[in-house]
Amino acid sequence: METVWHNHKGSLIALAVLLVVMLSSLIVVPETQQAVIIRTGEPVAVVNQFKPGQPFGSTGAGVWYRIPLLDRVEYVDKRVLNVDMDEQQVLSTDQLRLNVDAYARFRVIDPVRMVRAAGTLDVVQSQLSQILSSVVRQELGRRSFASLLTAERGTTMHNIRTLLDAQARKYGAQVIDVRIKRADLPDGTPLESAFQRMKTSRDQEAASILAQGQKNAQIIRATAEAAAAKTSADAYGKDPQFYDFYRAMQSYDATFAAGSQGGSQIILNENNDYLRQFRTGGH
Amino acid sequence: MERLGGWPGKIRLAMAGKRSPWGKPPGGDGAGDGGEGAGAGGGDSEPPEPEPAPPSGEDQPKGPRNPWLPGTSEGRPRRSASIEDIFKHRGPEGPRRGSGPGGPGFQLPRRPGGGSWVPVAIAGIVGVWLFVTSMHQIDAKEQAIVTTFGKYSRTLHPGLNFTAPWPFQQVDSEQTSEFRVVAIPDGSAQRLMLTADQNLVDLSYIVRWNVRDLRQFRFQLVSPEDTVREVAEYSMRAEVAEKNLNQVFSGAGRAEIEQQSLKRMQDLLDAYRSGIAVQGVQIRKTDPPNQVEEAFKNVSAAQQQAESLVNQANGQAQQVLARAQGDAAAFDKVYVQYKLAPEVTRRRMYYETMERVLRQTDKTIVEGSGVTPYLPLRELRRAPADEPGAQ
Repeated sequence: METVWHNHKGSLIALAVLLVVMLSSLIVVPETQQAVIIRTGEPVAVVNQFKPGQPFGSTGAGVWYRIPLLDRVEYVDKRVLNVDMDEQQVLSTDQLRLNVDAYARFRVIDPVRMVRAAGTLDVVQSQLSQILSSVVRQELGRRSFASLLTAERGTTMHNIRTLLDAQARKYGAQVIDVRIKRADLPDGTPLESAFQRMKTSRDQEAASILAQGQKNAQIIRATAEAAAAKTSADAYGKDPQFYDFYRAMQSYDATFAAGSQGGSQIILNENNDYLRQFRTGGH
Repeated sequence: MERLGGWPGKIRLAMAGKRSPWGKPPGGDGAGDGGEGAGAGGGDSEPPEPEPAPPSGEDQPKGPRNPWLPGTSEGRPRRSASIEDIFKHRGPEGPRRGSGPGGPGFQLPRRPGGGSWVPVAIAGIVGVWLFVTSMHQIDAKEQAIVTTFGKYSRTLHPGLNFTAPWPFQQVDSEQTSEFRVVAIPDGSAQRLMLTADQNLVDLSYIVRWNVRDLRQFRFQLVSPEDTVREVAEYSMRAEVAEKNLNQVFSGAGRAEIEQQSLKRMQDLLDAYRSGIAVQGVQIRKTDPPNQVEEAFKNVSAAQQQAESLVNQANGQAQQVLARAQGDAAAFDKVYVQYKLAPEVTRRRMYYETMERVLRQTDKTIVEGSGVTPYLPLRELRRAPADEPGAQ
């Protein structure tokens, strides 16, 4: 070891220096990043810049060079990034409130501009988030409550996207999509009154269901009675006189039968037809 | 730590070695040798102690002495302790120097043939490095992306794969075929959604998805998992907002919502080129909010009640009809007999009925005219007596 060191001292040191220089002048740009090379404060090149429709593997990713000490490399994410908005209270045209939570997806398409305008992605994200909040409030505030719920229909989301995109372009970013993630009633009175409305509507439904049931029951009974009456009329109509007798006999049975209420006492006059034989002595 | 801790003290001592312009160092008031530091060095393990300064050192004719300057006022060069001296001789480090196992005298063990182990060790390390970083076992559920200096080169499929070693090629594996499940909301807390008729429904669902295109999944979105969650929330909300409450509760409506929101999710994820395939959306529950649950129960109670009313009416109707039919049939039977012998049948029926009736009742027969029957009607007597009590 000692001898190797002594014999090749110069070349070993030269090798080490070469290695250090090489390592500090090469950069690796992954597929997910774009690299802005800043030479003495001025962006001079972009490596692996986003181009639509470029398949992975044939992008500009890979090894690139820089001048050590002179060049600074700023990495900017190439992927689709997220802007999350704080929940916003939106006042609809009919003075109802709705808490809206939205998100936007964007991509940095001009890293140089982004580095100049904002510096880092965090700055872009927080500024876009604020812009998104105000644009959402502005656009949704022009609609009635009912149409807020289905804001995806129509032009609202398109407008929001266009407005946000116009701002994002100033940061070298392109807005891909804006969506409303959630739209809730705010806690407190709006929520309570919604519950109250739901409750009363259910109560009303319950009452009407019950009434319908009663109505149906009545109709069923009446129909049955009508049918019964028809059956009776058909049968008894053949001989109304006999029916009168027949029914009277049944009625006596029922009325004076044992156990009929209050008991009964019958006082028979001698002229009663039942006592005819009794009176006339068999003649 | 002890070694490090010793350093500041020594430096301080060295700096304040002689009478310093800053006065006496706190640790320098040991037994003074009075020799103006002349005895310093010379194999003495103690650093030269500064002269114990009198309280009014500045008034002495010698004046303050700058330890950094050679002392000239006394006519002989003053040698102050140098840092070198201190570290050479003092403390536990001094004697240890040059004798540790890592020192210049240390030698690696020799191979039996007399050669060095070093080449063998280097070869071994390189071998392990090649082995570990160029051979990749990809699980059945996985795929892996190979990047050459950050640039995508190919996708590895399950099995044993070889790549160039790190740092030339890097392999990044990911579960692809396995379905992942996202539950929304996470816990059991109620998540209310607004329906088209502005009612609220507590809806929870799960989304199953997997990776369809690992390249896109890896390189296209910053946080694909979060994206799935957000897209799922958006799609479900958008779908429910287009349905009425009753549709959301009904089975058919739920199936439709599941289908539509899956389609919406997939369209959006495709538009993001996320490489994600949504395998299914399942609604776990659609409940009315807790606050109005009672009212919803009342509705189903009313439904039950209405049904039972109808059932009762149906039963009564059957009874009435059967009764009428039975009566009519009985009459018909009797009437047939009556027609054969009208007079006799009539009398027979009359007597039979009277027999039954009169057998069971109290009978009084009043014969002859001019008799005024006295009617001991108990009811009539009793009724007025009861009245005051009733009032």
